[in-house]
Amino acid sequence: MTAGTDSVAGRTRPAASARRNGRFGLWLALALAALVLVSALAVTIGPAPVNLADVAGSLAAHLGFPHSGTVPVLTDAIVWQLRLPRVLTAAFVGAGLALSGAVMQSVTRNPLADPYLLGLSSGASLGAVCVVILGVGVALPLAAFAGALAALIATLSIARVGGTITPGRAVLAGLAIAQLGAAGTSFVIFWSAKGDSYREILNWLLGSLAGSSWATVLIAGSALLLAGTGLVLAASRLDAFAFGDTAAASLGVDVNRTRWALLGTVALLTGAMVAVSGAIGFVGLILPHLVRGLSGPGHRRLLPLVAVYGAVFLVIADTLARTVFDPRELPVGIITALIGVPVFIALIKSRKSVSWV
Amino acid sequence: MGVVIERVSFRVGGRTILDDVSAIIPTGSVTGLLGPNGAGKSTLLRLIAGLHTPTSGRITLDDAPLATLGRRETARRIALLEQNASPTIDLLVREVVLLGRIPYRSGIFGGFDGAEDLRIVAESLAQVGGTDLADRSWGTLSGGEQQRVQIARALAQRPNLLLLDEPTNHLDIGGQLGLLAQVRDLGLTAVLALHDLNLAAAYCDQILLLADGRLAAAGTPADVLVPRVIAKVYGVDSFVVPHPRGGHPSLLFAPSPPPRPFAKAGESSL
Repeated sequence: MTAGTDSVAGRTRPAASARRNGRFGLWLALALAALVLVSALAVTIGPAPVNLADVAGSLAAHLGFPHSGTVPVLTDAIVWQLRLPRVLTAAFVGAGLALSGAVMQSVTRNPLADPYLLGLSSGASLGAVCVVILGVGVALPLAAFAGALAALIATLSIARVGGTITPGRAVLAGLAIAQLGAAGTSFVIFWSAKGDSYREILNWLLGSLAGSSWATVLIAGSALLLAGTGLVLAASRLDAFAFGDTAAASLGVDVNRTRWALLGTVALLTGAMVAVSGAIGFVGLILPHLVRGLSGPGHRRLLPLVAVYGAVFLVIADTLARTVFDPRELPVGIITALIGVPVFIALIKSRKSVSWV
Repeated sequence: MGVVIERVSFRVGGRTILDDVSAIIPTGSVTGLLGPNGAGKSTLLRLIAGLHTPTSGRITLDDAPLATLGRRETARRIALLEQNASPTIDLLVREVVLLGRIPYRSGIFGGFDGAEDLRIVAESLAQVGGTDLADRSWGTLSGGEQQRVQIARALAQRPNLLLLDEPTNHLDIGGQLGLLAQVRDLGLTAVLALHDLNLAAAYCDQILLLADGRLAAAGTPADVLVPRVIAKVYGVDSFVVPHPRGGHPSLLFAPSPPPRPFAKAGESSL
């Protein structure tokens, strides 16, 4: 009876596996097309009317491509100076956070691992506000990186009991560190900010892309390029962690060096993203789980795909954040939570085979 | 040839886990690693797998000292199966077996799940009779099926030496006998850490018996599994009888001290 049910399940599975392995190229192409489309549309959306032709014209003019017709100066400024940097920053931050979450989940063997939940984001926020508000003389992304790294090390050392880190303890330790980082961030702003400190605190704790400029595009983009390349190159070593440290070592991986190199890279990536956008939750947590269904668990496919889908997700979320209650703008973290929480609950309910804690 | 363990000791934080262990594991033989809990079985397996370096002494595989082989080269020659390993994410069986090809991957684009890798995956699954499992998800497998898939993963590494840490844990008796028969049939040099002395007697060519990190006895099952040695290492009384089929030693244990007989009906214990 049981055997019969099993073999039926066995016969229906090949289609699923063939789909997720064979159609990877299709999924990636679709994701890239979606990213271009969503980004272009996002630039047209906002209080001032802009159409796709304006976007194309402005881009062509600035990038030196031949183009017909001219875009009005004001429209061009809105596209090139305001909305495009914001959409690009959102895309890079979304890609970076989703990538960070995917790598952390694999390397810590914790399906709940993500830069937000394990405290890296709030550590990075604290590092960043120290630079912004207190004027500590270190570059913003470097300070955020230092904060993320400190938070990561603190979380993992609290979670380590008797040499092993269980997923549940890591999440609890991350919770504590995240709270501490958030309290520290709020305190620094309260202590020294003048004027609208509440808004500023919210922007760091819930995330906001309102401060985007070509400088933030540069920071987020170069961090993504650097760290992302490194992580994709390490894809096969990440696969080896599926059955744990000993299994990875017996497959020829230098476990300790690989783990710390990967987590250090994640801290760098998270630090850069938080430096430009504050701490945005749920992107790193849910995107990897959703994308694994399309790409399979192999990291060589998972990592590029999760990065592109993370970018699409955050561009959409940020567009909603700045338009739904126009002219009021929401911190984007509210939108990612509104979307992320139901998705996460659905994941917990449907993926019974994942040992969540 | 085979594995030569020469005066190997292993200490961690001032604690001696293994003390001056020497043994030879001939090519093609199945060796049972026995001993009470904490005797050092898993540690010795990990040393043979090259995951730890002995504090003193050395281990060679086919005349090559493990210390001179790189990590990847070691992983191409030696496969280790841990006890109760399970993935945190849901993998398909073929994806689990494909992990065994990691030591052979070159660069990011070359040589990963190409036709050659997929052929070896299919071959390895077929060797353990698991072809039908290829597209099942790991979480839906029984304990015995999971162990078979793990062995297929190990075979995909194309090893010369197979190390198994308590592979029969959590398997029912049919699963235990089936798994060990399968390991024998592979014809590979294999070392198995086992708890069940009878299984070891039935399926192993030779036995290494560890106690408190030292080698207490080594030899054929008939040489090692004798009441005097078992009493010394495990502290239990035992009787050895030849197995009705095959004649290998079969052990019956007597709890010591012997239990008091139950009071018979009618007798009063007042």
